[in-house]
Amino acid sequence: MQDARKIRVLIAKPGLDSHDRGAKVVARALRDAGMEVIYTGLRQTPEQIAETALQEDVDVIGLSILSGAHKTIFPRIMELLKKQGLTDVMVFAGGIIPEEDVSEMKKLGIKEIFGPGTTTEEIIQYVMHNLPKRD
Amino acid sequence: MTKTEKIVKGVLNGDRRSIAKAITIIENKTPEAQELIAQIFPHTGKAHVVGLTGAGGAGKSTLIEKVVREYRRRGKTVGVIAVDPTSPFTGGAFLGDRIRMQELSTDEGVFIRSMATRNYAGGIARATKDAARVLDAAGKDIVIVETAGAGQSEVEIVKVAQTIVVMHAPGLGDEIQAIKAGIMEIADIFVVNKADRENANKTAIDIQAMLQLSNKKGGWKPPVLKTVALTGEGVPELIEELEEHRRFLEDNPECKENLLRDKAEADLLEAVKERISKALIDELKREGKFDKLLREIIEKKTDPASAAVKLVKKAIRNA
Repeated sequence: MQDARKIRVLIAKPGLDSHDRGAKVVARALRDAGMEVIYTGLRQTPEQIAETALQEDVDVIGLSILSGAHKTIFPRIMELLKKQGLTDVMVFAGGIIPEEDVSEMKKLGIKEIFGPGTTTEEIIQYVMHNLPKRD
Repeated sequence: MTKTEKIVKGVLNGDRRSIAKAITIIENKTPEAQELIAQIFPHTGKAHVVGLTGAGGAGKSTLIEKVVREYRRRGKTVGVIAVDPTSPFTGGAFLGDRIRMQELSTDEGVFIRSMATRNYAGGIARATKDAARVLDAAGKDIVIVETAGAGQSEVEIVKVAQTIVVMHAPGLGDEIQAIKAGIMEIADIFVVNKADRENANKTAIDIQAMLQLSNKKGGWKPPVLKTVALTGEGVPELIEELEEHRRFLEDNPECKENLLRDKAEADLLEAVKERISKALIDELKREGKFDKLLREIIEKKTDPASAAVKLVKKAIRNA
């Protein structure tokens, strides 16, 4: 009697961005692709994001950041996720992240960065094809 | 220890990761779900489960945030289940209740879980009841269930909660609206939110007038409270009424017994219905008779009810 597995995605806005139009576009697209999307709202601390990911038992986290603070905030987030034991969650990021920072972010464990101009279809396909195997 | 036993042990210890995993297992109805629920069930019954329902936009999530803060101030631990609708077309859902409660995420005494209805009717998800049980077994003093706000028929919450709060906001209808059947009948407490608005008083009066025309719920007279969720005004009074209702249930064992009985019956019935339906249909399919029966119904050679009676009779004979 098992129901089809639903993909649960957390869309998070770390840092002090003042708008979330992009994040909401991605959230809606993933919802329309059949996923359950939890959105945190603006101005989240790394602690709030990690704790939310834990309580909501998400499969995927999408981090949206526009302010340029990714080099400070992302390492902290990835560290906290590791501490919570959430190493089997797939993390991707988007927003304004310069090309030269991408490999550094990937080294932290962020699987892919989706810059401006990425289509929602691209993100949907990526998520569907890179779902983590979870316990 | 099996994986399930480990998770159950974690839940009973209040471990947040175990709680989260347990709820996922229940939601996805994996093979371990039944065993997990069976192991958790004896440890439930201590939490005060409060249901909050009402039209979308009335302010449920915002109010819950203030209510949780007030409970925390009083030293209680709280679990929150926030339900939002699943799209019948895409199967997806946008779970946005948590946004209003995010500051509570890092409070260790609070656990918040967002759930999609997954096309279950009545304002909650099929798994909501058992998810509330997980939070209960994990030791939360209060479990608040926020229904998907959609209208007048979200009465499934009565199967989950002991105290039902129905929330209104001014301008959503007149006295006639207040008399309509459905959620207005299930309330133990009425809350008129956005009480700083002009017609808040009239809304409260309309509800009170409606209450005077109806029977008391086993001796409990539902109060009509006014709140301003954004500022927290009226919240301490709401907590007092929640506590009052909990005491009422404790002091009126017959009332409480009836509640428990109704719940147990509803739970049993639902569990039986689900399994019997599946067993009967599966057998039909195995015997290759399912499509034939559907065809007979389409061609009006038989009707669904008569077909069902025959199936059930056969099942009972063979049992």
